[in-house]
Amino acid sequence: MAAGTTISGRGATRRRALIGRLVFTGPGLAYLLVFMAIPVLLVIVDSFFTRGRYGGVVYEFTLENFARAFEPVYVQVLWNSILIAGITTILALLIGYPTAYAITKLPRNWRTVVLILVILPFWTNFLIRTYAWIVLLNSEGPINKALEFVGLGPLALLYTPGAVVAGLLYAYLPLMILPLYASMERLDPELREAASNLGASPMRTFRDITWPLTLPGAMIGAIFVFVPSLGNFVVPELLGGGKTVMVGNLIRDQFLKARDWPFGAVLALSVIGLLVALFTAQAMVSRRITGKGRHA
Amino acid sequence: MRSLGWLRVPLIATLIFLYVPIVVLVVMSFNASRLPFVWGGFSLKWYGALFQNAEILEGLTNTLIVALCATLFATILGTLIAIGIARYFRSSLLEAFSLAPAILPDIVLGIGLLVFYVLVGIGLGLHSVLLAHVVFGMAFVAAVVTARLSQTDPSLEEASRDLGASSVVTFLRITVPSLAPAIIAGALLVFTLSLDEFVIAFFTDGPSTPTLPIVIYSMVRFGVTPDINALATLLMVVSFTVVIAAQRITRLTDAV
Repeated sequence: MAAGTTISGRGATRRRALIGRLVFTGPGLAYLLVFMAIPVLLVIVDSFFTRGRYGGVVYEFTLENFARAFEPVYVQVLWNSILIAGITTILALLIGYPTAYAITKLPRNWRTVVLILVILPFWTNFLIRTYAWIVLLNSEGPINKALEFVGLGPLALLYTPGAVVAGLLYAYLPLMILPLYASMERLDPELREAASNLGASPMRTFRDITWPLTLPGAMIGAIFVFVPSLGNFVVPELLGGGKTVMVGNLIRDQFLKARDWPFGAVLALSVIGLLVALFTAQAMVSRRITGKGRHA
Repeated sequence: MRSLGWLRVPLIATLIFLYVPIVVLVVMSFNASRLPFVWGGFSLKWYGALFQNAEILEGLTNTLIVALCATLFATILGTLIAIGIARYFRSSLLEAFSLAPAILPDIVLGIGLLVFYVLVGIGLGLHSVLLAHVVFGMAFVAAVVTARLSQTDPSLEEASRDLGASSVVTFLRITVPSLAPAIIAGALLVFTLSLDEFVIAFFTDGPSTPTLPIVIYSMVRFGVTPDINALATLLMVVSFTVVIAAQRITRLTDAV
């Protein structure tokens, strides 16, 4: 009898688990399947077909869209985008790293306040944040007025690649600081103490202990800055004045102006491909570092 | 602060970089002068002008409809999927899938949904923006609820069932109350995200129902006008209030 209750009990548990899976994960998974997975798959599929005359897709297989992406004009745009997104990411890392490190050194109650201050701008309207830089950088703006006052200006600040970098950096810097902070907070302070007790210089401690252990966080931050910078079309348009064309602008134009969806899909795939490659690299580095830590 | 030494420099520089543009906009929104950098005295006239602007009011109405509905649906779906994965599946692959919309570049989701809507014959309008906003909203709710679930004790639910409560009663009286702060915080975050979302709406919205960010985009393209400063200030006040409220409810900065 005891055995009987256990078996029926186990059956009930299994039935409850099944119902739980269906009721709890069913609706959400179905939703994501229909409104995320299928749309992303459609982008991939469309990249192999022929453009329709008025937008849309004609279902004739072709690889021409991929070949087109290697035409010099588009290679130039891709390279330009990678350069601008890359400079933005490096600047974000150079500013974000010491900032995140400083936050970990704050007293606990201050830490929360400063973290919220860092995150807050990220949660405000993205267009407004970009617009603020039009206000700051235009020829009548405060920066140019100040430059004029000291006899250096006015300079053409707006509608330059530099303005695009400033706008992107402003938009995504919090996304660099947060993962860096998270990786630094987990860092065991005793490791650094041990290193300096054993006679390592602060430089050496940083190079051999702090930097490798915070590298996975830095890479996550870099992905969070680099990928959305690459796909952004608002900042290049509003702050670059149409002179700086990035992949995001090309994708937008293929879908809304040129009506060449398959080619737009190929360009979007290049962004997804880069994202996947970067995440894979991050996972590999992160595994190597934690693996090393365990053996040592 | 004093113990920071030279680290104070980057910290203060970062905060100045993040807040100077915001402060400039707020100050200018109260400037009576139309010229951007000539102080013409304190005035609320640009705020008054906002409420006369039919385009902005229409955009605001559209945005509120989308944001409120998206918050409702995303909160339900996101909470359920977070509980389901944590309690019944424990699959890191499924967890990654449920959080993927938060990482997927918005432009990819935007064009993907546009292609999808055209293929299955869903016309573009507020409903198509709403369906899109639920996708990423769900991921943010799931992320916040998952963080909370990892801190709650599943044995409470087991005890409730052992004492004879049905699954539904257990869910309503044990699971939901213990997750309530995370659910509310997640809902607040979805609301602000949807309120401010531009790129996905840009691809999935119909021409006759612009959301507020789309209205702002068309205004901003024509340069600096004082009423945008007033609108920007109001929107920032809303976002700041909602995000700080969400943070206070969870007291978990990691989740935000």
